[in-house]
Amino acid sequence: MQLNFPIFPEQASSMAGQVDALYLFLVLITTFFSLLIAILILYFAIKYRRTPERQAEQIHGSTLLEIVWSVIPLGISMVIFVWGAVIYYHMERSPSNPLEVYGVGKQWMWKFQHPGGQREINTLHVPMGRDVKVTMISQDVIHSFFVPAFRVKQDVLPNRYVFTWFKATQPGTYHLFCSQYCGTKHSGMVGQVVVMTPEDYANWLASGKAEGSLASLGEKAFQQYGCTTCHRPDSGARGPNLEGLYGRPVRLTDNRVVLADDNYIRESILEPNAKVVSGFQSIMPTFRGVVSEDEIIAISEYIKHLAPQEANPLNNRTSPTQIRDSEVPNIQDQNKQQNQQQPAQQTPQGKRPVNPSGKKP
Amino acid sequence: MSTATAIVKPVMPERHFLNDNYGIRSWLLTKDHKRIAILYLFSITVFFLVGGVFASLIRLHLLTPNGELFEADTYNKLFTMHGVNMVFFFLIPSVPAVLGNFLVPIMVGTKDLAFPKINLLSWYLYIAGGTFSMAAMVSGGVDSGWTFYAPLSSGYLKTHVIMLAVGVIIAGFSSIFTGLNFIVTVHRMRAPGMTWGKLPLFVWSNYAASLIMILGTPVIAITLILLALERGFHIGIFDPKLGGDPVLFQHMFWFYSHPAVYIMILPGMGVISEIVPCFSRKRIFGYSFVAFSSIAIAVFGFVVWAHHMFVAGISVYSALVFSLLSYAVAIPSAVKVFNWTATMYKGSIEMSTPMLYAMAFIGLFTIGGLTGLFLAALGLDIHIHDTYFVIAHFHYVMVGGMVTAYLGGLHFWWPKITGRMYPEAPAKLAALITFIGFNLTFFPQFILGYMGMPRRYWAYPPEFQVLNVLSSAGASVLAVGFLLPLLYFAWSLKYGEIAGDNPWQATGLEWETSSPPPTHNFHHIPIVTKDPYAYGEDAEVTVVH
Repeated sequence: MQLNFPIFPEQASSMAGQVDALYLFLVLITTFFSLLIAILILYFAIKYRRTPERQAEQIHGSTLLEIVWSVIPLGISMVIFVWGAVIYYHMERSPSNPLEVYGVGKQWMWKFQHPGGQREINTLHVPMGRDVKVTMISQDVIHSFFVPAFRVKQDVLPNRYVFTWFKATQPGTYHLFCSQYCGTKHSGMVGQVVVMTPEDYANWLASGKAEGSLASLGEKAFQQYGCTTCHRPDSGARGPNLEGLYGRPVRLTDNRVVLADDNYIRESILEPNAKVVSGFQSIMPTFRGVVSEDEIIAISEYIKHLAPQEANPLNNRTSPTQIRDSEVPNIQDQNKQQNQQQPAQQTPQGKRPVNPSGKKP
Repeated sequence: MSTATAIVKPVMPERHFLNDNYGIRSWLLTKDHKRIAILYLFSITVFFLVGGVFASLIRLHLLTPNGELFEADTYNKLFTMHGVNMVFFFLIPSVPAVLGNFLVPIMVGTKDLAFPKINLLSWYLYIAGGTFSMAAMVSGGVDSGWTFYAPLSSGYLKTHVIMLAVGVIIAGFSSIFTGLNFIVTVHRMRAPGMTWGKLPLFVWSNYAASLIMILGTPVIAITLILLALERGFHIGIFDPKLGGDPVLFQHMFWFYSHPAVYIMILPGMGVISEIVPCFSRKRIFGYSFVAFSSIAIAVFGFVVWAHHMFVAGISVYSALVFSLLSYAVAIPSAVKVFNWTATMYKGSIEMSTPMLYAMAFIGLFTIGGLTGLFLAALGLDIHIHDTYFVIAHFHYVMVGGMVTAYLGGLHFWWPKITGRMYPEAPAKLAALITFIGFNLTFFPQFILGYMGMPRRYWAYPPEFQVLNVLSSAGASVLAVGFLLPLLYFAWSLKYGEIAGDNPWQATGLEWETSSPPPTHNFHHIPIVTKDPYAYGEDAEVTVVH
């Protein structure tokens, strides 16, 4: 549009047209009823203006009319509700096989990580014509990821992953806003989404100075924090084996079964005692304040890439791992020496024999 | 043929509530609901003006895209204090605490509210809350936004959040006490013959708002106390770093703050239900539908709060439920609008100032209400949530609706309150200026919002400037419209024509007593036999006492 005074944002995603259609429908409804009421009021005010000759006609009401003007708005509302719900349902469901990108919001910037290991700040490059799923978390307060040209918005919470997705349809550069007030530089927490043709995007990915894929970055972090000390695929491991873990149901010590998704993995790193896998002791220290949100995303990505190994026991095995109680303090001392950055280790709670689920193998 | 009106030059009554007693003590220790209403009138006017100054500074700042007038922190404090002042210290008390306080006992035909001392206490609590809020403001301001979202407000801001929260909590008790007083008065103190079916609709709507005040307000107090505990003592409730849940804050906050919207608008709707029949000289169309729609709004209003949270990370299914329920609350609002319009049909309409405000209300509230349908539509809300579209929507309801109704009501009952008429010509001019200024200010914000401009932005991309300049220009017109009444109302106190008991030939018990009313409202407790809004049923004669 060459107008200097646009009244519509650009339509640059597969959803934009659908959202705009509902918007236009509502604009029509609003215009119709506002004009109807305004014209009636003005018409009555002029036609029935006070004159000495005429007296008001007393009308008490009409149940029929009341029903009519309740039912018609109700009907129109239900159309709007269903229409809005269909779009919302579509936008809240993860597309199948999307291109996954990860975002971290913090006061006051956006950080993005691509599966290939490319990192960006306040800019997000995406290919045209492909479903892109952005999984996000905040490092501090609530932010909100808003791209008007795509008609997408999602509050970014500090305690769990949320996602939004879009399929860009027009190459170009679009505004990215933080739309949830987040402090001093809220209006500075802006950036851009760059939509590229698939070829340009491939070139951009290749030219990026990635230090290795996101999963390989995660593997490095996994080693660096000493996770491998316990999370090993052998039978003597003190922590659950993580191979093939992602996306699987996990049985916990209290017999609950949870799905091992990003939020579960993140919680298990930050609050290891919250959901302890059946057959294991709560001996893992918290990594809160040690590992960054970016690193957690990389570690999760690494865990996703750990394919299941059939020969090895799975994480939700029913047989408890044999750990001698006397062994635990030694493991922790070793950890401390190996990695000075680790937080103060928690002593294991109690020295009860391991019999978590109450089931005998 | 028109009814003959007795042309008797009205005189001021010798004794009335304003001259019954003199001196500062007689005001500060008064138990007269009418004097407490006047105390509220002065104090909410101060808060309205302060909030208005903040609004003007915000609009001035947004003339340029790059944030040249204020620092970002200052701007954030401006919109926070604008919101807090206007919502908690102007809109919520406006009609109930001023007009409701003055009129509810007279309309039901009794001497005072049920608990006159609690009524006075409510004003003192309001002043105490206002003092805390003002103190937070002058000691550096607060930049939490009026919504206080955690964990930003509990763990990250360095300003006096707790002081402001304490102010809001205390002011909340003042509205609980007002609501309690109204409910007990309406139940227990109606004059003989004043059945529920004869209650003026203004009383019905204040009754409905009172239900929300006493049921909802404790929740905001609890929410803000929890926030203060987290901020002051690091007790983890909302901040995930302390083990809390930030979405919980939003549920608790909106559980009050959405129904609070109806505390604000319902009494305004009551004003319109009085003005329209009076100046159409007609019974209200569908009395019981208008009355029960107030109760329906109050009840449905409690089950729609999460429509503020469609992108906040709630589940798809709860979003569906809250969207559906939000449409339920639209129906009683639509019913009211249609009934007001139908009341004008075949009336005998006089376009005096209160009627102009009432007509403006119906039009602007219709736009405000219909744009609510946009926000309740899930897929569309994703795009317009937290943009200027929301700002425009709630200002159409709150300013175009509530403030317009408040001004209309103030003009309508000004002769009853003061015994003198305001000057009609400047009042009509002010109503017109307000209407034009209002639309010029807020209509462009709908477009800005759909274009994608987020709210609470200190700086914005240059393509949004044209609409922002338009909006700021409108705000300067609107300011004139709001300042004019201050001048001519003050003028009228001395120079206004003597009004007489019933200058509008209106029905309702408040017009059967003198203007201003005596301290005990009626010389004889009235016995009610007529239906409400019994316009055109008997000769309209101005009775002079």
